[in-house]
Amino acid sequence: MKARFVLRASTPWWRGPLLVGAAALLTILISAIMIRWAGGAPIPAVRYMFISPLQSRFGFTESLLSATPLVFTGAAVAIAFRAGYWNIGAEGQLLAGTIGATWVGLHAESLPRIVGVPLILLAGMLFGALWALTPALLRTRLGIDEVVTTLLLNPVALLIITGLLNGPWRNSESGFPDSDVIADSTKLWIVWPNTRVHFGLALGVVIIGLCWWFVGKMSGGLKLRAVGLAPNAARIAGLPVERTLLITALVSGGIAGLGGASEIAGVAHQLTTGISNNFGYTGVIVATLAALSFVGALLVALMFGVITVGSFSASRALEIPSQIGQLVQAVLLITVVCALVIQKYRVVWTIKRSEGRK
Amino acid sequence: MNSVEGVVIASRGGAPSIFLRNITKAYGETIALSDVSLDLRAGEVHALLGENGAGKTTLMKILYGLSQPDSGQIEADGVALKIESPRDARAAGIGMVTQHFSLVKNMTVIENIALASAKTFAIDLAGVRTEIVAASARFGLDVPPDAIVSSLPIALQQRVEILKALMSGCSYLILDEPTAVLGPNDIDSLLEVIRRLRSDAGIGIVLISHKMAEIEKVADRVSVLRRGQVVSSSLANGITSKELITLMVGEQQSGAEQRQRSASPSQSPILVLDSVGVTRETGGLSDVSFAVRPGEILGIAGVSGNGQTELVNVLSGTTQIDSGTIEVEGRQLGSNTPQSLMRAGVGILGEDRHASAVHALQVVENLILDCVEKFAGKFQLRRKEMLSHCESAITQFEIKANPKQAFGTLSGGNMQKVLLARLFSRNPKVAIISQPTRGLDVMATNYVRSLIAQASKQGTAVVLVSEDLDEILELADRVAVMYRGSVVGIVDHSEASRESIGELMAGIAK
Repeated sequence: MKARFVLRASTPWWRGPLLVGAAALLTILISAIMIRWAGGAPIPAVRYMFISPLQSRFGFTESLLSATPLVFTGAAVAIAFRAGYWNIGAEGQLLAGTIGATWVGLHAESLPRIVGVPLILLAGMLFGALWALTPALLRTRLGIDEVVTTLLLNPVALLIITGLLNGPWRNSESGFPDSDVIADSTKLWIVWPNTRVHFGLALGVVIIGLCWWFVGKMSGGLKLRAVGLAPNAARIAGLPVERTLLITALVSGGIAGLGGASEIAGVAHQLTTGISNNFGYTGVIVATLAALSFVGALLVALMFGVITVGSFSASRALEIPSQIGQLVQAVLLITVVCALVIQKYRVVWTIKRSEGRK
Repeated sequence: MNSVEGVVIASRGGAPSIFLRNITKAYGETIALSDVSLDLRAGEVHALLGENGAGKTTLMKILYGLSQPDSGQIEADGVALKIESPRDARAAGIGMVTQHFSLVKNMTVIENIALASAKTFAIDLAGVRTEIVAASARFGLDVPPDAIVSSLPIALQQRVEILKALMSGCSYLILDEPTAVLGPNDIDSLLEVIRRLRSDAGIGIVLISHKMAEIEKVADRVSVLRRGQVVSSSLANGITSKELITLMVGEQQSGAEQRQRSASPSQSPILVLDSVGVTRETGGLSDVSFAVRPGEILGIAGVSGNGQTELVNVLSGTTQIDSGTIEVEGRQLGSNTPQSLMRAGVGILGEDRHASAVHALQVVENLILDCVEKFAGKFQLRRKEMLSHCESAITQFEIKANPKQAFGTLSGGNMQKVLLARLFSRNPKVAIISQPTRGLDVMATNYVRSLIAQASKQGTAVVLVSEDLDEILELADRVAVMYRGSVVGIVDHSEASRESIGELMAGIAK
């Protein structure tokens, strides 16, 4: 038997939701098997993971906190992918953003908060964009594939952080490789009293809104989509393809860097080597699951926040590894990508004619 | 494994050995081949001639098992062959060298050939090396066995492909436009190889080509395909290049109306190309000069692959020129980028309508893609204005489409109309129009041609590049003929005939 994928001529309205539902169901089923394998009880685990974070105020606000960096990286990846610029470097750009933010945070002691906060966010954004600049120039000037260059720059950013923390930014009190705490004037406001939910989440939602408006409604967004969907056609129509890619890459890096600044100024308040829990890589998954829609990326980021918090409580209560959360996210990616393929293509099975028969 | 029944290795006597009988193949509604029969003989070079889309490649794909015919069959010495895959074809002694080589570029020549002929798990590279050296000597195909393929020039890579096919034991070899990628010297040595394979090794060769000169040099037999049918099959020495060109482009269709031409335009030229050159190993342009006046249609004719595509790329700004100048309205362009050409008032309809538009975007979005800024409001695109612009274009150009429909769902004719609407709504001073009616039905074709005539009436200078000679004779005021990357002659429409143009196309007139 041989499988062939044939493009579907049309798609009825119910096929999309049906396939997403099937993907979700399949994900839960596979996760349940894995949880059973890890020695946990599947049904309570699924409940802990997906439902219990939403049942308490603490669980809910912690989920929002976990979702915050993913909102930024999801938006950063989505806007780059929409332009056909395959930025896999949101991780490094976010880390570069944390460096910029920490640098401002350590040197802004005497400023008022209304100056300090914009300054630290701006620094994160600039450093993120700067980290995205080299691969973008290599791509637009020399045609060097950005997937490889953006990806390979991620560990470089982490190494720079490690260097800084073991050198100039070593903690002045404990001597550990963690930076000093940033100045109060650069810490973000808490937007939900008595929780850790900070201004970064609001900013992320605004960024999502701006991206959605720009790409969907503005002339620059139409150009960006055209460049992403058919660069040659865009070139024939006289659109500046290379410039569009370069600017989009910088904006994407800037958004990821802003996410880094939001982590430093909003919740961590100091730079550590573990500042990013693979937020940039998860951003790729978030954007893909959202089919590159910005509102979708916001929702998927929030869902991932819930799963992250839920998997911690599941692991505590049922003594299963907390990595089960990442596992669920990975399985979800595979099932949803399959669903997207099946939505677009029909699978035709052909049985090879047996030999000798006519 | 393979299921070939009754394979007979061809006798080398010169009797018809492989016979394609009544082959028909359709893709959707397009009939690619209609009842085509062809015989191939051992020790003979059979040239297959035809314009793009005439069905040459489809026919050979069927012979090589890459595609299945809807009806008809392939016979070897009167016995039916079952060829369902290239593996079956090779087992029947048929080899093919496609335009895009199937070599692993990072491997050596030995490894590539071992890969093609490996029948066991263990590969004896030293043994393969000896075989390569022997085969090289036998067929006169010198290749460096230890070289990495990507380090070899294209002509040598092609030799490796040919050798690979021969060493897998083929007695028939299909060469799909083998000279398209070669420079003049390499072409001569390839033709020498072809002669030697035929005479010394008795291989039957199918040579797909557009080029008269090389067909004259090596072919024993020539078949001409036109619109999916064999219109002629004869011995090569019994037919002239001129006759072949006429067969290829077809007879004058009765009823083709002549466009009403205005009295000879007296204005000064608006687009002037002066000795434009693009340096390439193959397929470049050299010393292309012509001028077009407002309201004039300059037809560009030529057998395909003689530089027309490159010329259109130059005028659309996607290929940069290496020498010469382009002037629009008396001003010389600094560089021919898409933006500078558009600013100067040059509009383009590319030969591939699919590549000229974004399929996933809406009709309205594609329609304004070259003038997005015109519809940019302060904070968002003015969609209402876009839609009303689109609706008036739909009415004016008789497009059967909804503005919000995805462009990719349109029929070919409607796609072309949208692109023409985009081109003409800029009111271009010069319109470069390439293969405007390729693949369109009669209604759409007539409509598109009338649009072009109308535009020129309104004062637009048109450069019309087409492989359809009827189209050029119907519309053009003057016809420039391209041959090997140069304009070899410009003929006024009053003197243009299929004969005079055909001679220029074949490169035999001066």
